[in-house]
Amino acid sequence: MSEQSVVVGRTRDEMAKRLAQDIPSGSYVNLGIGIPELVAKFVPDGRTLIYHTENGLLGMGPSPEPGEGDPELINAGKRHVTAIPGAAFFHHADSFAMIRGGHIDLCVLGAMQVSKDGDLANWSTGAPGAIPAVGGAMDLVAGVKSVYVITQHCTKHGDPKLVDSCTFPLTGRKVIDRIYTDLAVIDVTPDGFRAVELSPGVDFEYVQERTGAPLLPIQN
Amino acid sequence: MINKQIQSAADAVADVFDGAVVMIGGFGEAGSPIELIHALIDQGASNLTVVSNNTGSGEVGLAALLKAERVAKIICSFPRTANSTVFPDLYRSGKTQLELVPQGTLAERIRAGGAGIPGFYTPAAVGTPLSEGKESREFDGQEYLLERGLTADFALIKGRIADTFGNVIYNKTARNFGPPMAMAAKCAIVQVDEVVEPGQIDPEHIVTPGIFVSRVVGVSNPAFESELVAAGESYP
Repeated sequence: MSEQSVVVGRTRDEMAKRLAQDIPSGSYVNLGIGIPELVAKFVPDGRTLIYHTENGLLGMGPSPEPGEGDPELINAGKRHVTAIPGAAFFHHADSFAMIRGGHIDLCVLGAMQVSKDGDLANWSTGAPGAIPAVGGAMDLVAGVKSVYVITQHCTKHGDPKLVDSCTFPLTGRKVIDRIYTDLAVIDVTPDGFRAVELSPGVDFEYVQERTGAPLLPIQN
Repeated sequence: MINKQIQSAADAVADVFDGAVVMIGGFGEAGSPIELIHALIDQGASNLTVVSNNTGSGEVGLAALLKAERVAKIICSFPRTANSTVFPDLYRSGKTQLELVPQGTLAERIRAGGAGIPGFYTPAAVGTPLSEGKESREFDGQEYLLERGLTADFALIKGRIADTFGNVIYNKTARNFGPPMAMAAKCAIVQVDEVVEPGQIDPEHIVTPGIFVSRVVGVSNPAFESELVAAGESYP
């Protein structure tokens, strides 16, 4: 193993754990597929969150035991889930009324790119021949009160995902409030990206070098 | 005496005509009315416009209807499935057109259509490629897109229990698009595990009131996409 491959910053679990600290008890939360789903594992003891899944369940519980799944009790990623005591089922138009109507407190999504203005691209590379598929992402970012992104700071190829302006097709314009990456927690402000917190062992210059737009320093 | 029960899935879809707009319920396999879809494949109607959230898995159910090249156009939010190449092949060859719609906009277009509302404004998709060609308007300083309500000639829906008046209850997250599609179709056809007499469902528990439902078909032990795909089945 070369020295360059030493892990810098937070792991996926640590990113999810960091984000989980910032969700107040009693919040109605929609977690996207992938790293966002991990957040549920790290909610601090004593806090109760109600999870919404846009296919029609409020009060989503953890995955069932293997073999115990019900094909008609699934999440937005089409995986088997459970329903907690106090859960509610509803149809899609009501589910998206919860989303669009501003009733959901927080949505956590993955990202391909986020711009300094809070634009999000997370549904399509725009590559010719790709099958376009959008699901509920555009409704979520348009309607949920707070929208957080959780993502690696850079792509597998080392390109910044936090950029001046998105080059991939947008999911929404000026919709992201805060970004949690392996390297830092960053707010989207009217003045652009602002560092809120650096991951342990990571310095500001390291993050700035890997960010595709100016990063404002942490405000004390 | 009202009795909306039809004895077979084949009889229930017998009058679906070439060129019809057909809404098909389901989110993934949850709520997918496989037996009604298979009956529609057998019946032979073609050149259909289908409104459905997904495009099916493997080569059963909705994917089988697509593979049989009965669908000229699909209005859909997520036409991609890990285990099916049916729709991607049709899309790339130009045999099936796609109108891609954000999931919440799709649900609301169906609901609005069923509620007699021809158009509405939504904040979803503003500033994205899916806003192209759409009228926009500002309300209270925010931009919204005009979206049209959707109606259909037929809807194929899966419920859990219906009575012979057409009142329906659903099963968990299989409810998904059923209630709004029942409202939006001239002829909503609902397959259920169990058909009961009026009065056997508590009126407080009814999710889709019978006025929205034209036909009810009992299909006990309905199939699931994942089980058929795992068994390597294709239809027909």
